[in-house]
Amino acid sequence: MSKVANHSPGRRIYSTRFATIVVWIITVAWTVPTFGLFVSSFRSKTDIYNTGWWHVFTHPSFTFANYREVLFGGGALSLGNGVLPYLVNSIVITIPSVIIPIAVATLAAYSLAWIKFKGSDFLFFFIFALQIVPLQMSLIPLLQLFTGGAHIGHITIIPAFGIAGHFAGIWLPHTMFALPLAIYLLHNFISSLPRDLMEAAHMDGANHFKVFRQIVLPLSIPAIAAFAIFQFLWVWNDLLIALTFASGTEEIAPINAKLASLVGQYGSGWQFLTAGAFVSIAIPLAVFFSLQKYFVRGLLAGSVK
Amino acid sequence: MSIRRKSLLTAAGVAVLSLVATMVTSVGSASAAANCDPFAGYHGLKGKTVTIFTSILEPELGTMKAAWKDFESCTGVKIKIEGSNQFEALLPVRVKGGNAPDLALIPQPGLLAAMVATGKVKPAPAGVIANVNKYYSPSWKALGSVNGKFYAAPLGSNMKSLVWYSPTQFKKNGYTVPTTWTEMTALADKMAAAGQTAFCGGIGSGGATGWPATDWLEEVVVRMYGQKIYNDWISHKIKFSDPKIVAAMNTVAGWMQNPKWVGDPKAIATTSFQDAGQGIPSGGCNMLQQASFYGSQFPAGTNVSPTGDVFAFYLPGINPAVTTPVEGGGEFTTAFSARPEVQQVQAFLASATYATSRVNLDHWVSANSGVPLAAYKDPIDRLSAQYLANPKSTFVFDASDAMPAAVGAGKEWTEFTAWFGEGKSVADVVKAIDAAWPAK
Repeated sequence: MSKVANHSPGRRIYSTRFATIVVWIITVAWTVPTFGLFVSSFRSKTDIYNTGWWHVFTHPSFTFANYREVLFGGGALSLGNGVLPYLVNSIVITIPSVIIPIAVATLAAYSLAWIKFKGSDFLFFFIFALQIVPLQMSLIPLLQLFTGGAHIGHITIIPAFGIAGHFAGIWLPHTMFALPLAIYLLHNFISSLPRDLMEAAHMDGANHFKVFRQIVLPLSIPAIAAFAIFQFLWVWNDLLIALTFASGTEEIAPINAKLASLVGQYGSGWQFLTAGAFVSIAIPLAVFFSLQKYFVRGLLAGSVK
Repeated sequence: MSIRRKSLLTAAGVAVLSLVATMVTSVGSASAAANCDPFAGYHGLKGKTVTIFTSILEPELGTMKAAWKDFESCTGVKIKIEGSNQFEALLPVRVKGGNAPDLALIPQPGLLAAMVATGKVKPAPAGVIANVNKYYSPSWKALGSVNGKFYAAPLGSNMKSLVWYSPTQFKKNGYTVPTTWTEMTALADKMAAAGQTAFCGGIGSGGATGWPATDWLEEVVVRMYGQKIYNDWISHKIKFSDPKIVAAMNTVAGWMQNPKWVGDPKAIATTSFQDAGQGIPSGGCNMLQQASFYGSQFPAGTNVSPTGDVFAFYLPGINPAVTTPVEGGGEFTTAFSARPEVQQVQAFLASATYATSRVNLDHWVSANSGVPLAAYKDPIDRLSAQYLANPKSTFVFDASDAMPAAVGAGKEWTEFTAWFGEGKSVADVVKAIDAAWPAK
């Protein structure tokens, strides 16, 4: 046996162990602040102000007061009615903002990939290129379109949508900004489906709708789920669109808008932020864990086909 | 694995159960029937909604809602208020996008002017003008006006022109509270002669080190020259290097850098403003110029009252031609809609009825002279209101907040810190600040 051959298994073990240690260190370092936040969310305001969260190991003392106040409002005037109405708003905002772009994008991706028409490549390229439009740049023009419509001189090109301040006024921008990426991702996936399947279906007399409904859609579930997670997290975490196109009132604002102001006028309420943060990440975590097998599959989908 | 998972689930279940168990929601007690007499003048508001956008957050936001609850239940109007700490950034976007709120509570005159420039701000209606003429000093009305046209009535306000001292120490040493600048300097001389430190000082404040010194200069500028020159100074029509401002800086130097009165002036640059006044209750130093919020810097249990451990007196004027100069801040009710219900809510917010009901609830100061001083529970609030609501008072906004950020939140701080800490000359300081003024 050569020296190299002898050497290499040991080296591999060494490097694996080393890698394991590094991964563990990074994982712990990455998780400790979140864990500290989690522990803090169960501590009283005085404890948070006076001692670090690690003191719970020596002096355990927990309270649900932060969660109670964050969820249901303080007994005093400190928090209004709590974050539950905002949590519901977040769900109402997020679910259509995920479903609408997926519905549009799967149809568009299928037609761009499998229905050949003049300029379809250019159209796909154009949609793909739209991703470079920065969201921040289009806020005011889009808001003007919603509230005043578009005019050339005195001729109305597009009437005012009248949806600013309503949920539809948040769904629409989210849909608009999601579509380029959604169409691009789903197009890449759908166009890589085996051509034989489609041709066989057409031979059997299936039209495009049937092919889409019975072949393409079931096969695209991993890609759709992967994009759904992306979009869900993006919409859930969004503050800018919601604050610009709607308002921060209890009827419409998402939980992020409330979280941003939870700390209070004088920055004295930040014990609520810890509990508020965990309330707000509970639902994204549930979504992620229930869809995560698709997530990995969806990410790999393009690469291994 | 499954056992571990099960125990985890059990733990989670227990946690959720105990969470629910501890949630004893208290139903707010129904308040007694509201007295609707003060709102007899408001009509046709039933079923209407008015939206307000503000930078004020909880808990103050909740107090505001409580203050107009009776108005809502008596008139039938619904006031929807939204507070955001992104107010300054969001308001221009919403206004330009056509999604403006009915009313905005703008805390900076500069932002008010910028909003008026968009053409979307509605001039104050007659009801608001009547209330403001009746209850507010002309300098407050001037701050709510842009280019001579009146738009926005003041709402809340706060006071900077205070000097913190210890009534018990003053009594022990036989000192009396000065009412003129000369009396104050004479008192400081007396303290120095008795071997005491007359003025406490500290301008340390982390990244904002230097800001208390900018307040000192602002107090002196308005005291020496009045509102007109003060405002010209903010807009840089009068430069820092102008002989007037240089003279004011020399007055500050003779006050807060006077070794006879403050001990080591250089120590002021390294002392944090929070620590600066801690010697007041024990007599370590006697007087500190700081804003009304400074009361909360003293340790818990400190008696803040006219006969207690600490209290404040009004920083006296210098030039008799400038009557009752006061520096502070406040917010202005700006309308983006001329609907009748909006105008009535706007007028209500400028009324003494609203201001008094707000003062009755909590810590808050109004410049509305219709609020009886007896309504203020906190003695510092009452003292502040006494000067803010004085119809003769010359009220000015914090100049460094109104100047461009490169100066007011940058160069002015660092140069003043060098002025105090390194003994940099006034001539060099004003030159450096003028050079940092952004070109138009």
